[in-house]
Amino acid sequence: MTPLPRWADVVLLPLLNVVLAFLVGGLIVLAVGQNPLQAVGIMLYGAFGYGSGFGYTLYYTTDFIFAGLAVSLAYHAGLFNIGPEGQAYVGGLGVILIGLALNGTHWAIVFPLMIICGGAFGALWAFVPGYLQAKRGSHVVITTILFNFIATSMMGFLISRVLKPVGVNSDESAPLEAITRVPQLRTFIELFKNSPVNLTFFLAIIALVFIYWLIWRTKFGYAVRALGQNPVAANYAGISNQKMIMIVMAMSGVLAAMVAVNNVGGVQGRLILNFVNGAGFVGIAVAFMGRGHPVGVGLSALLFGILYQGGQELAFQMPGITREMIVTIQALVILFTGAMGDMLRAPLARLLTRSEPATGAK
Amino acid sequence: MTSLHPTNAQRSERTAAAPLAIELVGINKHFGPVHANRDIHLAIKRGTVHGIVGENGAGKSTLMSILYGFYTADSGEIRVNGTPATITDSRHALALGIGMVHQHFMLVDNFSVLENVVLGAEDSAFLAPTLTKARTQLKALARDYGLEVDPDAIIENLSVGQQQRVEILKALYRGAETLILDEPTGVLTPDEADHLFRILGKLREEGKTIILITHKLREIMAITDEVSVMRQGAMVKTLTTKDTSPGELAELMVGRRVLLRVEKGPASPGKVLLDVEKLVVTDDFKVPRVKGVSFQVRAGEIVGIAGVAGNGQSELLESIAGMRDQLLGTIRLNGEVLSLEGDDGAARARAAGLAHVPEDRLRMGLVTTFSEWENTILGYQHSYGSGPGLDIAKARATAEEYIKKFDIRPPNLDLKTANFSGGNQQKIVLAREMERNPDVLIVGQPTRGVDIGAIEFIHNQIIKMRDAGKAILLVSVELDEIRSLADRILVIFDGQIVGEADPATADETELGLLMTGSHATEVGTVSEPGTLAPHETPVQQTLTQMSPQDNSGKDPN
Repeated sequence: MTPLPRWADVVLLPLLNVVLAFLVGGLIVLAVGQNPLQAVGIMLYGAFGYGSGFGYTLYYTTDFIFAGLAVSLAYHAGLFNIGPEGQAYVGGLGVILIGLALNGTHWAIVFPLMIICGGAFGALWAFVPGYLQAKRGSHVVITTILFNFIATSMMGFLISRVLKPVGVNSDESAPLEAITRVPQLRTFIELFKNSPVNLTFFLAIIALVFIYWLIWRTKFGYAVRALGQNPVAANYAGISNQKMIMIVMAMSGVLAAMVAVNNVGGVQGRLILNFVNGAGFVGIAVAFMGRGHPVGVGLSALLFGILYQGGQELAFQMPGITREMIVTIQALVILFTGAMGDMLRAPLARLLTRSEPATGAK
Repeated sequence: MTSLHPTNAQRSERTAAAPLAIELVGINKHFGPVHANRDIHLAIKRGTVHGIVGENGAGKSTLMSILYGFYTADSGEIRVNGTPATITDSRHALALGIGMVHQHFMLVDNFSVLENVVLGAEDSAFLAPTLTKARTQLKALARDYGLEVDPDAIIENLSVGQQQRVEILKALYRGAETLILDEPTGVLTPDEADHLFRILGKLREEGKTIILITHKLREIMAITDEVSVMRQGAMVKTLTTKDTSPGELAELMVGRRVLLRVEKGPASPGKVLLDVEKLVVTDDFKVPRVKGVSFQVRAGEIVGIAGVAGNGQSELLESIAGMRDQLLGTIRLNGEVLSLEGDDGAARARAAGLAHVPEDRLRMGLVTTFSEWENTILGYQHSYGSGPGLDIAKARATAEEYIKKFDIRPPNLDLKTANFSGGNQQKIVLAREMERNPDVLIVGQPTRGVDIGAIEFIHNQIIKMRDAGKAILLVSVELDEIRSLADRILVIFDGQIVGEADPATADETELGLLMTGSHATEVGTVSEPGTLAPHETPVQQTLTQMSPQDNSGKDPN
């Protein structure tokens, strides 16, 4: 079987998968007696049609970029990190601790410290599975899943028993003062009124560029890719598999923890229960749909951002389509792009090679 | 017990007029450009033990895989009991009464013996009746053939020898009349091997046919009635065991091909650059594979290590290159002790001036999904760029240079490495390792899977390195290659250096005997049939005791 040309692999195949997902989603919408075209229209309007909606789309996109990069980076080293959900959650602890410690200080000082401190907590949470894989052979797929559960329980305990101030009813930490929070873009740009998109969005864009540079333009990235493609050859080249696994997992955790900077530092201004809300898991789909490449990750993160924001608009505008229906459509996209992402690969390759003699002759 | 030590008269009786159990007629098999089996004719008589010997890569396993239905021959015919048969899978082979005991056992570790025996041969959806039936049959088989195994024991608690017995039982339970054993003693202790051979004797006595694949001539002499020798995919000769000698077999196996001409002046060895002392190395299963090896390589000489694959060469190379931790011993490079612990030892070995062309370039020496230029810097990536960034322009320039110098084709440094031919892939590795001007170069199987033209080029490059005053350690299973390149030959067998020879005067037969470990028995004489000649050295015995769960798992064939 001849492999797909790069443009088909990176652009055409994911696009076809998304179209397929929407076709099936459309059938479901049709089945409940609603108009699928109208639904798509509302979705797009919700995601892009007005400033606040667009802001929300970008806010979700920020989360998904970080989670997607976390999964992608590990994947380049041959590691399947399913734990960004837990790593982001624990990262939130780092963000709120530094925020509360410096409460009232200007955000220009606190924002970088939130990145460092939150990143350190996320790194720790991912480093442990990395250590266990490197030194003990416990597979990261298993340990990162388990660490998600541990994170949920531990954070639940910390929020409701330790961080919750006396006299507050809901399970959340004390709030950060307005000046300490990561500023939202609406304070500079009128367009984004009422939307939570904040400076972290630009951090996500920087992260996309940085990860591209790291993986394809540095010695470290070379070692990461060698390890991911052929661990024996990496050993032959004197690249320590064990050290690389631990370092890459920790870096993956840092990226995941930036979800917490976006949410805790930029939106909530306090630590609430389950604030990650599935963004870490969406990151897995984002990474696979984007084929681990920062450009792909950026685009598929945007797609999921649209799905999230547009979906909420849809649930609000068309009462016939319930929240569960939206989740179903999102799940279809994940199914077709992630789990069944290679379904169309073989027929597509056949189609392209068949047409090649006609077009490829020079 | 007399049957275990058959007289020659008994042997002749068996081989004389017995009908054929298996007949292979004109079997051909290609794997891409490799002609793995060429026009093989083989007749195996019923009720005999038929040995098949040959070097690694001679095509023994391919031939047996065709017989067992793993591969389909490109042409040729298989006749079972005189009837032509098309064997498409192992189930089919079993139905025809052909069973195979693989080198690597195919058992479910946490199942009992009984469960493993019936697996895939259950009579109905309910297990109980099958198990009851199997239990009775196992008892009978154990009684008839000395195949005693507790039917309720769990596989993982059994010794390797017992597990092998379970494999034999599996085949017999399915009604096998012909048993193929692929390197059966590779994983066994000498005692277990003796036991196995007693079992095989019993099986023959009961009229079963046994095909024994091995490269150990002692075993051939001890148990077989007839022996077929394969070399380079062709069947060289079939002989009656009692009429042949290990010497003759070794000669046939290794062959008397014309040496490849290599222009080479006399060596002028200088100071010792690589000094290996009492090296003990284990494989991934903690089984010792290198058992106290000491040697030195001087500047300006090529030391060749000859041996049949799987006798510790791989572990020796990997250990010196820093890829595998050593259990005991010292490696000195240029007089300095090399500390190679940890999984980045290879980087330290390189920094000390050692270059390594690995035996298995696809698995080790290259990342085949990388483009050509990326593989040009594998292991040396740190010297491209001063900061964290990778100096891609410099790497590409190097790749360009190597492509020209080593005539790597196609000259496309962006092409994925997997798409280069074997010879050109090897050139990518060689260029990378040689052009860094190392003090010591260790080379494993430099021309495996490489076409003739490239072989010559590669050999000349190695000689050039020697003449530039480098110390070169060469490991190859190609005796010709060793003889034409090396200035000194060390023979390795079972993890130990068993002899040293001068390539100019070495006698091929003698080398072949050393390589197959037959040297303990004197050339030309045969140990008493039915038993194995003792060949263990004291060191080996201690090492065997250290490793109760022996496991070869290393034969690349």
